[in-house]
This record gives sequence, structure tokens and C-alpha cells, in this order.
Amino acid sequence: MSIIPLFIAIPLGAAFLVSLFGRRIKILPDLLANLCTASLGILSLLSVGIVREHGMLVYKIGSWAPPVGISLVLDGLTCFMLVTVNIIAFFITLYSISYMARYTAKWKFYTLFLLMLAGMNGVIATGDIFNLYVFLEIAAIASYALVAFGIEHEELEASFKYAVMGTLASSFILLGIIFLYSYTSTLNMADMSNVLLAKGPGKIVGFVVPLFILGFGLKAAIMPFHAWLPDAHPSAPAPISAMLSGLLIKVLGIYALMRIFFNVLGVSQNTYFVLMILGVISMTLGAFLAIGQHDIKRMLAYSSVSQIGYIMLGIGIATPMAIAGALFHLFNHATFKSLLFLNSGAIEYSTGTRDLKKMGGLNSHMPVTGATSLIGSMSISGMPPLSGFWSKLIIILAAVQAEYYAMAAIAASVSIITLAYYLKLQKEAFFGTLGEGLEKVKEAPLTMKLAMIALAAICIAGGLLLLPQVFDLFINSAAKVLSAGNGYAKIVFGSIR
Amino acid sequence: MIYFLCMVLFAIGLYGVLRKRNLIKIIIGLIIIEYATHLLFILVGYRKGGRSPILAPDQEILKIVDPLPQALILTAIVIGLAVTALIVAIAMRVYDRYGTFDITKIRRLKG
Repeated sequence: MSIIPLFIAIPLGAAFLVSLFGRRIKILPDLLANLCTASLGILSLLSVGIVREHGMLVYKIGSWAPPVGISLVLDGLTCFMLVTVNIIAFFITLYSISYMARYTAKWKFYTLFLLMLAGMNGVIATGDIFNLYVFLEIAAIASYALVAFGIEHEELEASFKYAVMGTLASSFILLGIIFLYSYTSTLNMADMSNVLLAKGPGKIVGFVVPLFILGFGLKAAIMPFHAWLPDAHPSAPAPISAMLSGLLIKVLGIYALMRIFFNVLGVSQNTYFVLMILGVISMTLGAFLAIGQHDIKRMLAYSSVSQIGYIMLGIGIATPMAIAGALFHLFNHATFKSLLFLNSGAIEYSTGTRDLKKMGGLNSHMPVTGATSLIGSMSISGMPPLSGFWSKLIIILAAVQAEYYAMAAIAASVSIITLAYYLKLQKEAFFGTLGEGLEKVKEAPLTMKLAMIALAAICIAGGLLLLPQVFDLFINSAAKVLSAGNGYAKIVFGSIR
Repeated sequence: MIYFLCMVLFAIGLYGVLRKRNLIKIIIGLIIIEYATHLLFILVGYRKGGRSPILAPDQEILKIVDPLPQALILTAIVIGLAVTALIVAIAMRVYDRYGTFDITKIRRLKG
């Protein structure tokens, strides 16, 4: 029995059970969702060991061998992403036990949540390009519904905008897949990469690359395509904001883009340069737009745009070191952005407002939220011992090494702007005098505190991932898959036997 | 030529999504985009004078259309249906709250 299909089967099965029995048995949705994400987290950690032992695993669905059938692939990059997604999803479900008690239909929330998780795991694990599209749509449809979960004015407006943009992006991606299929007559990513290598890229790749940049760029909210994100992410309930900002844009946007560009298409230097420019633009403008925000979740959403820019910059530089830095930053951003969104949820839960102007002095009443939020803020703005510093350092060093001095300088100065707006957030929300009507504010419930503390601990310990043994095992094995380029195909077909 | 017409259809849908103000018209634009991609995918697998790829014991089959795009398009159509149903449901809710389908009047979010 292989481990790979479990990542898709467990959340799908749990979503089914929750939707079937969740309405009658009140405790079941909480219990089942937490068990599900906890077991997924453990499985993903186990998969790291498996990859170290075997190198790469390929699971053949219905035992059809790869060029014909659909295959699921577990390699370094896959297990890196699986660990990131499933561990954070576990803390988010833990948090939602208390947070979602305010909403009436908890079982609907968990059903959609688990479907979204199944879709994301599917995108990560699949080795078939059309299957990637299908899983991408599963995750995306669930997320459209989750953004509209509160069915108030703002939620519906944001959800409509998001759904239209998301569908447009999916159409572009499907169009790209169609052109690739018409050129290579195969859908398996490894096989496609081989065919492209044998036939030469031709004009079709030049046409497909912009389609994919447009499609995945919309999903990842890189700068010219970011307009839906600052509406959609703040409108969702806090655990979903954390899930969307922390994981969804990375899995559907960044991961899919990396996998296809590096391992399948093997695109040219010019394309990487375009990615780099897009990254720098979204990094800078996202940070500037974040400064002016008063809604705490909106500020965090713009900050996501800015941080995605760092990851794109790392991918665009495309040296092995830059890729490792980008992946490391991806992991770190997933942890601290989820943490910060959970913090904002805790503030909203206790005070009932998201407006920074109405807050102040919350540290005295909510010490845990205040402390974890301080750690998250310092980590995202790159304070030395915390995880964000190391990943930004690697990206900037890689930029210098590749002789993109201007990019490195911009990346470093954007980091200072980031610090500025997070200090503003800290000052207005947690320090200073207590805001009006906040005297009776209580700290968030226990499970919410636990989730926040655990994520903050990961932020502090994130620097430890740089220790040579861990780094090789976790990040470098993922970066190697990407730098190998077409080598991916050889390994996939090599490990079938 | 017919491929080109597909692209024109796609562009019409894109125009609808980007330029129209009515929520329902935007949704129709999205549907047109979807159909254009589906049509293109079917065309990719089509061969002139080809027949359906069914194996019969007494016939020799020379020219068949590619069955794979057809199978994939079935999946894509179902996905398209789900997305459309969801978006229409959201649009109905928006109408309940705002009392209008005009996107210029549905603007609570900015900044």
C-alpha cells in the first residue's frame, strides 16, 4: 500500500462523512476534521523519510503505467509542499474549533475546508497535467464558497470578484494545457517533458508560457493580477484567510508554476527575467499599499502580495541557491502569515472590530495574542534570529551572487518598509493606551491560543531548518528537483520499475 | 480557420467579462470563454473524415478521432457547470443584499 493516494483520499473521505453526518452529530465535524488533518500532518512527515530512502515514488492509479494512466508522484518538492500544507492545515483546524463556534453551519465549513485541502494535496501530488487542472478547480471552487461563507455584503462582493477572476485564470490554464497537448500528444508531465526535449520547444511553448504566467499569476496574485486578493482574503473567516493567504495562493499559483516551468517546459532565461520583474513589482507596490491600510486583515493581505513577490524573485533568479531561498521563504511565509491572520481573527473574536484605529493597548488584556503577533511581525519583516530573516537573506545573497545588484537592493529596502507597517500594526493594536470600550476584552479560548503558540514556535525555530542535515533533507531535496529540470522525467520513468 | 474562430469566441467572452457592468452578463462572458476552450480542445482531437474509436472485430479501422480530448472535455464541462452554478448562486445573493446587478453600485470594498 503506497502512502501517496492517502493524501487525497483521507480529506475527501472525511469531507464526505462530515457532510453526511455532521448535521446530526454536533461533535463529529470538529473531531473528524482534526483527526484528518493531524493524520495528514504525520503522514507528510513520514513521507520525508520515505523520499530520503527511495528518492522518488510513483503511484500508478489503476496500475496503468505512466504515459497512459494517471500517476501520482512523490519527490522532494512534493513532500516539502505536503509538509508545509498539512502541518499548517492542522493548526488551522485546531484554531477553528473555537473560532467557528460563532457561525451556525460548522459542518458546511469543515466540508468545504477538507475539500479544499484535498484539492491542494492533489495539485501537489499529481504527475498528470490535466489532473492538476481538475484538482486546482476543486480547491478553487471550495475557496470561492468559503470566501462567501459569512453571506454579508462585503463577503458576497469579494467572493463574486474572486470567483470571476479565478475562473478566468482556470480558463487560461486549460487553454495552455490544450496547446501543450496538441503539440506533445501526452498529458503526463514527465512524458511531456521528454517529448518537448525530443521535438524542440517550437513556437508553441512561446505561446503557452504567457498563458501560464497569466493563469497561475492570477491564482498567485502577482502584482498586475492582484486586485481580487485584498478583497477576498480579508472577507473570509479568519481560519480561511490564513488558509488562503498562507497556502492556497502558493499551491495553486507558485507550486504549479514552478513545477510546469522548471520540470516540464524548461523555459528560457527571458521568461525567468519576466518572473523576476513581476516579483520585484509586486514586492514593492504590495508593501507601499499595505502601509496605508487601517483594516488589519486588509493590511495582511497586501503584505501577502508583497511577500509573494520575494518568492517570485527567488524563482526568477533560478540559481539553485535562489530556488532554495524561495522555497524556504515559501515555508516561512506560510507559517507567519497564517499566524498573523489567526491573530487578527483572535482580535476580531474578542473585540469585534478589525479597524486598527479602534484598537490599542490590547497587550494588557490579550497577552498571548500580543506576544505571538509580535513574533510573527518581527519574523515577516526579517529580524535576525527569526525564520523570515534567514530566507530573505538567502534570496538577497543569491541575487547578489547572480549579479542582480539592483534587485538585491530593492529586496533589502522593501524589507525595511515591511518592518515599518508591521510596527504600525503593533503600535496601534497592542501598545499604547487602551482603546475605548475595550476594558472587558478577554483573551481568546484555549485551542486558539494553542494554535497561535505552535505557529509562533515554528517561526522562532524556523532558522534551525538551515542546519546542514535538516536543510539537505527538507529544502535542498526540493530545490534539487527543480534545478534538475528535465532530469525529473528520467527519475519518474526510472522509478516505475 | 476554425481554430481562429475559437480564439475570436474566447476574445468575445473576455470582452464580456472585462467590459460589461451587469453581473449576469459577466457570468455569460465566463460561460462563453469556457465553451471556446472546450470547442478548441475537441478540435485538437478531430480528424477530417475520422470515425469514433470503437473497436469492432470485423472491421479494419484506418482513421479515428482522438478520444482523449473528448473524455477530458466531459470532465471540464462538469467543472464548468459547478463553477457556473456557484457563481450564479453568489450573484443571486448579491442581488438580495444590494438590490442591483450593476457592479458600479456594488462597491463596499476599496483601498
